[in-house]
Amino acid sequence: MKMKLSLSQKAGLLSLGLFAVILLVWQLATLPEARVVAADVDPEYAALMGGGAASSASSFPTPAAMAQTLWDKLSDPFYDNGPNDKGIGIQLAYSLARVLGGFFLAAVVAIPLGFAIGNSRVFYQAINPYVQLLKPISPLAWMPLALYTIKDASASAIFVIFICSLWPMLINTAHGVANVRRDWLDVSRTLEVNPLRKAFRVILPAAAPTILTGMRISMGIAWLVIVAAEMLVGGTGIGYFVWNEWNNLSLTNVLFAILMIGVVGMALDSVFGLLGKRVAYQE
Amino acid sequence: MTTPVTHPFLQVEDLARIYPSPTGGDAVAVFDHVNFRIHKGEFICVTGHSGCGKSTILNILAGLDTASAGNVFMDGREVSGPSLDRGVIFQSHALMPWLSVLENVAFAVKSRWPSWSKQKIRDHAMRYIELVGLKGAEHKKPSQLSGGMKQRVGIARAFSIEPKMLLMDEPFGALDALTRGVIQDELLKICAETQQTVFMITHDVDEAILLSDKIMLMSNGPHARIAEIVNNTLPRPRERSAIHKQPHYYPIRNHLVDFLVSRSKQFGALRDAPDAPSSPTVFDPSDLVESEPAVAPVPPVGKPHIHLVNA
Repeated sequence: MKMKLSLSQKAGLLSLGLFAVILLVWQLATLPEARVVAADVDPEYAALMGGGAASSASSFPTPAAMAQTLWDKLSDPFYDNGPNDKGIGIQLAYSLARVLGGFFLAAVVAIPLGFAIGNSRVFYQAINPYVQLLKPISPLAWMPLALYTIKDASASAIFVIFICSLWPMLINTAHGVANVRRDWLDVSRTLEVNPLRKAFRVILPAAAPTILTGMRISMGIAWLVIVAAEMLVGGTGIGYFVWNEWNNLSLTNVLFAILMIGVVGMALDSVFGLLGKRVAYQE
Repeated sequence: MTTPVTHPFLQVEDLARIYPSPTGGDAVAVFDHVNFRIHKGEFICVTGHSGCGKSTILNILAGLDTASAGNVFMDGREVSGPSLDRGVIFQSHALMPWLSVLENVAFAVKSRWPSWSKQKIRDHAMRYIELVGLKGAEHKKPSQLSGGMKQRVGIARAFSIEPKMLLMDEPFGALDALTRGVIQDELLKICAETQQTVFMITHDVDEAILLSDKIMLMSNGPHARIAEIVNNTLPRPRERSAIHKQPHYYPIRNHLVDFLVSRSKQFGALRDAPDAPSSPTVFDPSDLVESEPAVAPVPPVGKPHIHLVNA
């Protein structure tokens, strides 16, 4: 029987096949090894560890264990049993709150400033050296300075997000505003459109796709940085969760957290993708 | 033909545009000593080779560019910047792609009359959209329109603010010949209805003959000038299908083509002569045609016509 499959059906099947291969390799890699190894174990160590030393079943989770963890964690995401035992939903919510807080602060600064820079050659050239100098600095390098001046760990994490979200939005806004088609500006000049109306009705819609691309890049970077920032500041958040579970030597939980970071990152990105489509225009 | 002694609506005096030389030598004047006047309700076409500064002159009239020397007065006031009194139709139509047809025109209408209600703005914009035959397409985005339709929106937008003068920079240059013809007819009709004063740049001799009252011919740059002014004596209303049967049609057309092919280049030498004319020469076909018999042949009735077209 010959079946005609659409492109997306083919791609879907291939994706599923790939998933099966990954599971298989994972399963094979985490199979408990033969007991022969037990002979090598120092008897004293074996006595100390009980059965644990003899079984060299790696502490890397099997796919089945991972599935069990996924089910357990996701079926109760919002429990709170004290500082070191919170549901994954709560940890993600902390991280998202910091990311969104820092991101929106950055947007409030970067978009108007980008507008000003994009509109004025003088301003652009005056600000450009600072941007070029500050842009390549790893946002985490600001952490000690933030901790010293702000004196609050959580607010310092927000500041780090603010700093890393700032540059892509600033640069893209300035670029979008500076490259608005001459014709559209000429039209608004001949129509004697006042500056405020020109900014909101001509320049903003014209530059919106570029600005949104900048916001999307910023959000991507912010989500990358929050994990590292929370490992440093500790307390709450998905980054702290990863570090805590590493200290607990629970690779299953670390793996689970990695998966969740990916899922949330993907969701954030697609939100900005959709927003980008809404402001896009075809010339 | 003598110009009326009344104050001209638009007066351009000794306009020049000078660029510093890229090699550091003397500055180069693209055009200089450009003088002309336009009366209310006149349709003026300007033609000349690329680089003679036509578009710069138009932009100076629009207030989008500034002259190196000279003045422009409209309605007794000096032109010093863009104004709603002068509507501009851009060659690239310059529609805002994120706005629908109606929103594009309404944007202009609201700029002209900021205090109008939404409904009044909409009704006014729709009137001009209907005028250019785009009723039914008012909610489309420019990207969904053909080139001709886009330019129609540009025309509707420019007319909707009811400017005292309309400036057009090769508005139909990017359109195919058939579409161009249809829109020219529409423009002719709208201008006849509104008595609009128009300054239009074109490279198309037939377009100039069809639309204009006067055709200004510019010599080649540098130091380009308005070399000649041709009075277009063809009677109105003009029909594209019948215009070439008018006795003045071919003399005017030949005069224009001759200028573009040869005289536009020779003008430079003439200008530098000590007895050079300080103002452009005026060509009026009625001066010359009246002495000749009408050339339009009358086809015999009842027999099939055979048209020989010499390319």
